[in-house]
Amino acid sequence: MTQTDVRSRPDRGARIDGEIWRVSGPVVVATGLTDARLYNVVYVGEARLPGEVIRLDGERATIQVYEDTSGLRVGEPVEDTGEALTVELGPGLLGGIFDGTQRPLPTIAAVGDDPYGAPTIGRGLQVPSLDRERRWTFVPSVSAGDKVGPGDVLGIVAEPTAISHKVLVPHGVSGVVEETREGSFTVEEPVAVVGGEPVAMLRRWPVREPRPVARRLDPEEPLVTGQRILDTLFPVARGGTATIPGGFGTGKTVLEQSLAKFSDADVVVYIGCGERGNELTEVLEEFPELTDPKTGASLMGRTVLIANTSNMPVAAREASIYTGIAIAEYFRDQGLGVALMADSTSRWGEALREVSGRLEEMPAEEGYPAYLSTRLAEFYERAGSVVCLGADEREGSVTVVGAVSPAGGDFSEPITQNTLRLAGTFWALDTSLARARHFPAIAWGTSYTLYELDGWFDREVADGWSDGRAWALDLLQKEGALLDIVQLLGADALAPAQRAILATGRLMREDFLQQSAFDEIDAYCALPKQRHMLRVVRAAHEALVATVGRGAASEAGAAVPALREVSRMKYWPDEEAEGRASDLIERIRKEMEEL
Amino acid sequence: MSERSPNGMTQAIAGTNGRASLFSLERRTVGYVSGPLLVAGGAEGVGYNEIVDVVAPNGETRRGQVLEVEGDKMVVQVLGGTRGLDRPATKVRSRGEVATMAVGSDLVGRILDGSGRPTDGGPPLRPAAYRDVNGAPLNPYARAHPSDFIETGISAIDGLNTLVRGQKLPIFSGFGLPAAELAARIAEGASVVGEGEGDFVVVFAAMGVTHREAAFFRRRFAGSAALERSVLFLNLADDPSVERILTPRAALTAAEYLAWEEGRDVLVILSDITNYAEALREVSAAREEIPGRRGYPGYMYTDLASLFERAGRVRGRPGSVTQLMILSMPDDDITHPIPDLTGYITEGQIVLSRELDRRGIDPPIDVLPSLSRLMNAGIGAGKTREDHRQVADQLYASFARGRELRRLVSIVGEGALSDEDRRQLAFADDFEEKFVGQGVNRRSIEDTLETAWRLLGRFPPDELKRIKPETLERRQTMEEGL
Repeated sequence: MTQTDVRSRPDRGARIDGEIWRVSGPVVVATGLTDARLYNVVYVGEARLPGEVIRLDGERATIQVYEDTSGLRVGEPVEDTGEALTVELGPGLLGGIFDGTQRPLPTIAAVGDDPYGAPTIGRGLQVPSLDRERRWTFVPSVSAGDKVGPGDVLGIVAEPTAISHKVLVPHGVSGVVEETREGSFTVEEPVAVVGGEPVAMLRRWPVREPRPVARRLDPEEPLVTGQRILDTLFPVARGGTATIPGGFGTGKTVLEQSLAKFSDADVVVYIGCGERGNELTEVLEEFPELTDPKTGASLMGRTVLIANTSNMPVAAREASIYTGIAIAEYFRDQGLGVALMADSTSRWGEALREVSGRLEEMPAEEGYPAYLSTRLAEFYERAGSVVCLGADEREGSVTVVGAVSPAGGDFSEPITQNTLRLAGTFWALDTSLARARHFPAIAWGTSYTLYELDGWFDREVADGWSDGRAWALDLLQKEGALLDIVQLLGADALAPAQRAILATGRLMREDFLQQSAFDEIDAYCALPKQRHMLRVVRAAHEALVATVGRGAASEAGAAVPALREVSRMKYWPDEEAEGRASDLIERIRKEMEEL
Repeated sequence: MSERSPNGMTQAIAGTNGRASLFSLERRTVGYVSGPLLVAGGAEGVGYNEIVDVVAPNGETRRGQVLEVEGDKMVVQVLGGTRGLDRPATKVRSRGEVATMAVGSDLVGRILDGSGRPTDGGPPLRPAAYRDVNGAPLNPYARAHPSDFIETGISAIDGLNTLVRGQKLPIFSGFGLPAAELAARIAEGASVVGEGEGDFVVVFAAMGVTHREAAFFRRRFAGSAALERSVLFLNLADDPSVERILTPRAALTAAEYLAWEEGRDVLVILSDITNYAEALREVSAAREEIPGRRGYPGYMYTDLASLFERAGRVRGRPGSVTQLMILSMPDDDITHPIPDLTGYITEGQIVLSRELDRRGIDPPIDVLPSLSRLMNAGIGAGKTREDHRQVADQLYASFARGRELRRLVSIVGEGALSDEDRRQLAFADDFEEKFVGQGVNRRSIEDTLETAWRLLGRFPPDELKRIKPETLERRQTMEEGL
């Protein structure tokens, strides 16, 4: 018995079949589907390939098919399911890896005892997203006679992870709890009866429809990422949106993966959308080995992977983004902080363009359809910090971080520009920084954040955080202007005080902003350590300015042995950062005073 | 490895639900012929993407591929070219199958045309199976992450942009640059180090190469000894351009068979991706599709990915498909759609530089824009050497700085430089000449790293910021011991 989350699901007895009239790439036109509604799922051809109705025109219905359409013939049958594209939600999602339409990839790969017996993905496979056999221990948190409404917690399922999975009263169901059952059940078995309706753990939800919430909140807390340039200079709020555009080789994927590993979210949904298969393999091999910095449990246990690699069918790529965000919203509704990484939204946009082209729609810029910005907005605006439905007023959030792969690394292209209108945080990746192996290659001159989070940092980490941040941004800006002059006239043209800025700017760039994603210690930098590292750079700058003020050469100041230790700061253990920073500041001051 | 029956043809016919009688039906209703396309009626029973025979009025049979079916019409791209076709006498014969490639171990040592038919006058092939040339996407869950170091013998690659088994790495070249020479050198010198040690089978697919280039490749890959471990697919510049769309797919299908079913390590070399993309654009334009950037079709990313993603390794199986593609950047422009989209799919890129080539540096690899995304997985203790990562980082940092200084010196002169800057400037020159410009000599990874240490020797230890103090100490004791 499957509990749907949809309020009213029409009960359609007779199925109206049509037949194929045209096939062109992933787009099929069928005749005879007179009763089909837009975005209904249909099965196309004798191979029963799933697809979605995307246009109705008189007799003809246009369908985007989620699998390779090779071999389809005119006249083959098309069957309307009468339902929209849905995801299955319930216990068993965490740690899972699914394709763009939520088919479980491990199930598809397994043949008998061999987990990798079928390494390629065949066509027309239909597998339930969540395991129907597996039993979960359900503990009710309501008792018979309680009155409940949508979003109230019915009970808890312990998953083999640090997260306890809340089973909520589905939308459209409310009334008095007539019965609850405790014990171990499959996802389809009823665990309670509410208002005369049996309720199981499994939910289904149409992916293109945002899940309802009680109300939205202003994002006020940062999503802590452990990446210095992000947390210190351009933090993103929990429930906010961020975009990472960058040409190839600038480190989008490494950064997205660092965020998936280290950000302090409860649940991470990682969508590999039209990207490389080997990158997802890397995540699959690496994440189970890593532990969640917050809970100490395996990182895979808080992660849901959606993998639709570039060689998998293009229409399923379009769907993968929605599948991912519907899953993210499901966990948000349980009162959790969810971070969603989409790598890359450009490939999603290209899937839109490809289907639009086959529909012979009038193109807007660079062949993209005119509704590109609307679709992007519909996706990004599903991020947010919210009060969930339910009597206990839980708060949850979905933070969206979307990578963009602009053609030619040129940010003026439509996807980057339309995304910038929506995203609250802009992390611009720069090809020249990447070529100089400055990673993360985030250009501090062009990146920004629109979230006002200084108050939180001053309150929760250390007073003076915002002051340090403002100083750092100012220094980098001054250094940038001076470097322009040096390019033209050489360093000799600068006054000693200006050369001090150049010296500190270099420390700032090499020893603070650069962070190695592959070094065991440096990959994650706790907030207090970030602050102490910045404190050292700032103290070094002040000592240098004082030295220059006394008439000493800035080169001599910049050459004191203590400054060499600055480059080792990254490798300080978090807990020693404070003590070692204070010692180092002391040494720097002393050595400069002796000049 | 795929689940389909070993003989693709049987399967396609078996899957037609009693409509087999329709096949090999001839249709005489050609309505339109232009460029690479032909539109014919009588499409009932013809499947999208299937292969058809187009019989010219003179009786000659050419292969065609169905690009679209609509009602009783089909749009066919004629792989053999449309010259000489007409409306009244041309016939289209359906076969009821998608394009297949005859695969088998006896392909090794053969020279074939662009659609996989032998042209070397040897005995007919005895295929073990027929496979769909489009392959089926590898399940990301069943992939094994490539992590076995391939020693190519070229310092700029082994030391700084390490290639691993199952990687796809293009060579971004320009017209007139020695990309073919580099690819041939890699193919000759490449060996897997560590587990599964051994030589590669080279599957070479030429798309639209000139007779001169083809002769070069034939000499290098089909010389007496090399041919025993090579398969050559040759689509020449004056062969029908549409056939180029089939060539890499046929080659990859052959490679996949050798890798997954025979457990061999296969190195696929595709040359030249630019010609392939041009053919794609030609067909797209003939179909009057809405173009993306610079007239290339909007699905070019997906199309290229369907080739390049066929590299990799599979869990629990021996064998691998490693891809090396040659791509000539039009006007040396790395932001042109072809290199741009390729770079987004491949796991890095090797970039050749015209300036280095003019200065006689061989191979002229520009290491700064070059990249291997899988390098980290393939290097380090047990694979190459423990200090590899740090040495590579230091070479990059010092060379990048040296290059920056070169620009500065050209404006303000050398007088303005500090001693450290001068060292870096001199290092950049040495690095290009001695490390990158190794000439034809093959270097082991050990030689490569030792060459690097010798070049870094000019810097005092505290200027080697990317190298950990422990490594420097160890290095010092080792050198003193010698």
